[in-house]
Amino acid sequence: MTTIKTLADLRRIKEELQSKIKLRENSNHPEQLTQIKVGMATCGIASGAKETMKYFLEELEQQAIDAVVTQTGCMGFCYAEPTVEVILPNREPVVFGFVDKAKAQEIIDVYIKKGKLVDGVMPITFKTIDD
Amino acid sequence: MKTISDHILDILQNSVTAGATFIEIIVDENKKNDFYTIKLTDNGCGMSEEILKKATDPFFTSRNTRKVGLGLSLLKQNAEKAGGFLSIESKSGAGTRVKATFQLTNIDRPPMGNIWEVLYITWVSYSSIELKYVHETEKGRFEINSSEIVEILGDVPLTNKEIKEAIYELIKNNLKSIQATI
Repeated sequence: MTTIKTLADLRRIKEELQSKIKLRENSNHPEQLTQIKVGMATCGIASGAKETMKYFLEELEQQAIDAVVTQTGCMGFCYAEPTVEVILPNREPVVFGFVDKAKAQEIIDVYIKKGKLVDGVMPITFKTIDD
Repeated sequence: MKTISDHILDILQNSVTAGATFIEIIVDENKKNDFYTIKLTDNGCGMSEEILKKATDPFFTSRNTRKVGLGLSLLKQNAEKAGGFLSIESKSGAGTRVKATFQLTNIDRPPMGNIWEVLYITWVSYSSIELKYVHETEKGRFEINSSEIVEILGDVPLTNKEIKEAIYELIKNNLKSIQATI
């Protein structure tokens, strides 16, 4: 495999790929895509949220599932990190707690692909300390 | 936090929350003076003098989802444990600079870790923020900027597996060539 060391090498890789891949058609309308937000505050990072986010990115790409995966700040569920908010198109956001790789796989297979809730949903009645 | 790159990932969130559109991370290894310095500079909203004084207090936070703010206090603790220190410069409306210095040879200095993963997931998450990474050693300097990556990729998504692997390899190879301490 050719060594990749410069931006010119990266450009070459991109050009090789461009003709092969189907470019995302609705990237200008994120509300039409499944959105996955991984809590990446201090407690999230300490609990392994980086690995959770990497897993979502790799699996969704592998399975060609149209979704946008991003990191977000503290959602307030520090005791249940890593936490992940999933917003399916035209559905209310759902936050899952204790999302390790196994739970991430379950969320992909059952909630994202089939729309069925799985265990570990954080309650919507949660209030902040100031409420 | 087990690695310095975890700290960087954490502090980056502060910059994002502060509304930064440009964030620069400079890692400076100085074997002669035995320093390993991380500097994060952003153009976010900055902090007032009053807030700056409390920034490393673990029981102070600007968020309302919890009553503790551990990121800066943990970084300060890890830097001091490794024979170093933390300094923060900030002004309301003028951005913030966080500088953490570790003693390079100190056994308690955490490893840098997989900084390429931190950069990549931050670029994926915050495409509208320009994020620049610079790593300097006595053997050379490596720099990479998200705006250059975006320009090269065009319509090809950053999340493409081959692109991701190429970016990882680009960063790793360049850090290896300047003999970066990872």
